[in-house]
Amino acid sequence: MRNFLSVLTALAVIGLAFWAYHENYKTQEALATNEALQNDIADARARLAVLRAEWAYLNRPQRLRELAELNFDKLGLLPFAPEQFGSIDQVPYPPLPAVQLFDSTTAVNTTEASQ
Amino acid sequence: MIRTPLRPLARILDARRRGENPDAIERENLRLRHEELRDHARRRAEGRLLVLGLVFLCAYSVIGARMAHVAATEPAEPRTAQVRAPIVAQRADIVDRQGRILATNLETHSLYAQPPLMVDPVGAAHALAQIFPDLDEKELVEDFTGKRKFLWIKRKLSPEQKQAVHDIGEPGLLFGPREMRLYPNGRLAAHVLGGAGFGREGVHAAEVVGVAGVELEFDDMLRDPAREGAPLTLSLDVSVQAAVEQVLYGGMKMMNAKGASAILMDVHSGELLSIVSLPDFDPNDRPRPPVSGRASDSPLFNRALQGVYELGSTFKIFTVAQALDLNLVSPETVIDTRPPFKVGGHRIGEFENHNYKDISVEEIIVKSSNRGTGKIALMVGKERQQEFLRQLGFFTPVPIEMGEAAGGRPLLPTKWTDLSAVTISYGHGLSTTPLHLAAGYAAIANGGYLVKPTLLRQAGPNYGARVISAEVAAASRQMLRKVVTEGTASFAEVPGYQVAGKTGTADKPIETGGGYYKDKVIATFAAMFPADAPRYVLVLMLDEPVETSGDKPRRSAGWTAVPVAAEVIRRAAPLLGLRPVVEPQVRAGITLSSSR
Repeated sequence: MRNFLSVLTALAVIGLAFWAYHENYKTQEALATNEALQNDIADARARLAVLRAEWAYLNRPQRLRELAELNFDKLGLLPFAPEQFGSIDQVPYPPLPAVQLFDSTTAVNTTEASQ
Repeated sequence: MIRTPLRPLARILDARRRGENPDAIERENLRLRHEELRDHARRRAEGRLLVLGLVFLCAYSVIGARMAHVAATEPAEPRTAQVRAPIVAQRADIVDRQGRILATNLETHSLYAQPPLMVDPVGAAHALAQIFPDLDEKELVEDFTGKRKFLWIKRKLSPEQKQAVHDIGEPGLLFGPREMRLYPNGRLAAHVLGGAGFGREGVHAAEVVGVAGVELEFDDMLRDPAREGAPLTLSLDVSVQAAVEQVLYGGMKMMNAKGASAILMDVHSGELLSIVSLPDFDPNDRPRPPVSGRASDSPLFNRALQGVYELGSTFKIFTVAQALDLNLVSPETVIDTRPPFKVGGHRIGEFENHNYKDISVEEIIVKSSNRGTGKIALMVGKERQQEFLRQLGFFTPVPIEMGEAAGGRPLLPTKWTDLSAVTISYGHGLSTTPLHLAAGYAAIANGGYLVKPTLLRQAGPNYGARVISAEVAAASRQMLRKVVTEGTASFAEVPGYQVAGKTGTADKPIETGGGYYKDKVIATFAAMFPADAPRYVLVLMLDEPVETSGDKPRRSAGWTAVPVAAEVIRRAAPLLGLRPVVEPQVRAGITLSSSR
C-alpha cells in the first residue's frame, strides 16, 4: 500500500511537472507572439506617421496651388469665390428617362408595307 | 551511546583495597564525561555556524549576482503588462482646427565619424564633400587625420544622402537614428509654429525641443508621454491661413511695403483663424536670430504680436463707443470740428488739413476727423478713457499662448495728460500690437464682450466681461459699416459680405526720437464682417506702404491696406463657409420655362 502511494505521488509529480512546463512553454510562446505583434504595430505606426507626413507634404497649399496653375488648361481650377455659392434649385437634375411612345401612324404604315 | 559508569565497581573495590577515596574516581569520571559533552556541544555549534555561514554566503551571492545582472542588462519593457501604452513618437503632432498636420515627426539618421575606425580618411573626406557641398573638404581631412576620436558631421540626413554616404563604404562613418521635426507646409504659419531643435544629444537618440512659438510654449505638453501622442489642436485653419498669406504677400509687394501682418479672429470664441506676419521664414530651417541691426527687420520678428505700432484712426471707434456707452453723445450729436483746436498748446490738425465744420458723431467716424474724436475724448475725460482702454487690454501684452507675445508690451505715455487723451483718441501716443486691436474690435463685433485671443481650438463662444452695451456695439458697427459704404474705406466693399471697418494711417515715429517720418506710415485696416452679425474680425497692417499708380504716391490706408483687406475677405470668407447674402446670378443655360 505504502509503495503504491509512493509510486502514485511520483507519477503525480511527474504529471504536474509536465503540465507546468507545458503551460510555461505556451506562455512563452504567447508572449513571443505578443511581442512580435507589438513590433508589427510599432512598425505600422512608424509607417503611418511617415505616410501622414508625406500626405501632408504632398497636400501643402503651395504645391496644390502650383499644380492647379500647371494644370489650368485641363482642370480650370480657381480659388473658391463668393459667387460659387449656389442654391439647391440651381442643381440640374438628371433628365427623366424618355418614355417609349408607340407611334400609331408608323405602326400602321409598317403593317401596310408588310402586307 | 554507551555511557561509562561513574563508579565502576572494579576500580572502586580496587581503590578501597588500596585505601584511596573512591569518590575521587567518581569525580574524575564526571569530569571526563563533562569534557566529552562539552567537546561534543562545541563541535555541533561549530558545524551549525558553518552551515549558517554557508547559507548566508549563498544568499548574498544570489543577491549580488542578481544585482550585477540587473545592473548589467539592458532595460526591457515588461512583457506581460495588461494594458500597454501605445508606442508613440517622442513629440506629439500639431494639427490645425480640421486635423490637418502642421508639425509632425520624421525618422531620419544623423551622421557621425569615428576617425580611429577609418580606413581611408582622405578619400572619405573627399567623397563627403561631394555629397554635401556645404562641407569643407580640408577641414574634414584635418578632423579625420587629427587626434579626434569622434565628431558629428550632419544632424539630419535624407534617405538619399544616407544611401550615398553608405555607398562610400567607410567603416568610420556611422549613422545614429534621429527623430526630426517636420513642418510639411513649409512657411505656412511659420511664426505661430516657431520651430524645434535638438536638446540633449546622444549617438542613439536626441531630444527634440521647441525653440519658439507654440512649440516652445507647449513644449512640456507635446513631450508628455501621458498624453499618448494626442495632437495639439490649434485654432488655425490651413486653407484660410494659406489664402491670407498669399493675398497678403501679393498686397505687400504691390503696395511696396516692407512688412505686413494680418489677423483673422473669431469674434465669439477669440480663436485666431489666421495670423500672418511677413516677411516670414521656413521653420524647417529656422534662421538664427540677428546679432546686429534692429530685431524688427528679421524675418523671425512677428509683427502681429511683437511689433508695437501707433495704429492711428482705427482707435477712434473706441473713443466714440465709450462716449456712446456713457450717454455723452448719440450718433446724431453735432460737433464743431473747425480749427483751431488747441490742447496743451498743441494744435490738433486733420488729415490733409481738411475742415469738416459741423458734423455729427457718425460723420466723425466716417470722415475720420481727428478734432472731432479729440473733443469727444475730452468729454469722456482722461481717467475714464484710461480705464476703458485698460479694460480692453491695451495696457498689457496680449495673453496669448506664445512666449513672443510678452515682447508686444504696449508703449504708454509716461504721463497721461489731456493732450495724450486727445492724441490717443485717434491712435497716436499709444503703441500696441495689431493683435490688441483685433481683440478690441472683437468686443465691438460680438456685442460688447471682451474675448481673449487664443491659438487653441475652442468648443464655443468664450465671452469675458461686458465692456460696452449691446446697443452701443450695434451703433458702433453701423458707423463702421458707413465708413465702408460712404467713407474712407470704400475699397473694402465685398459684395455679399457687408464689411464694416475703420482705416488708420499713422506716421512712423523716428527710431532715434524726435518726431515722425513724413514719408513712412503704418497703414491699418480693422474690419469685421458680415456687419449685421459679425463673425470675424480682420486686422490688416502694412508697414511703409506706398501706392504709386496715381500722379503722386499715396500712402493712406484707404488706398493701401483696404484693397488688400478686401481681397483677403473675398478669398477667406468662402473658405470659412460664410455664404454671401446676395443671390448669385442664375447660371446661363438653365431655364426654368417649360420645354415646349
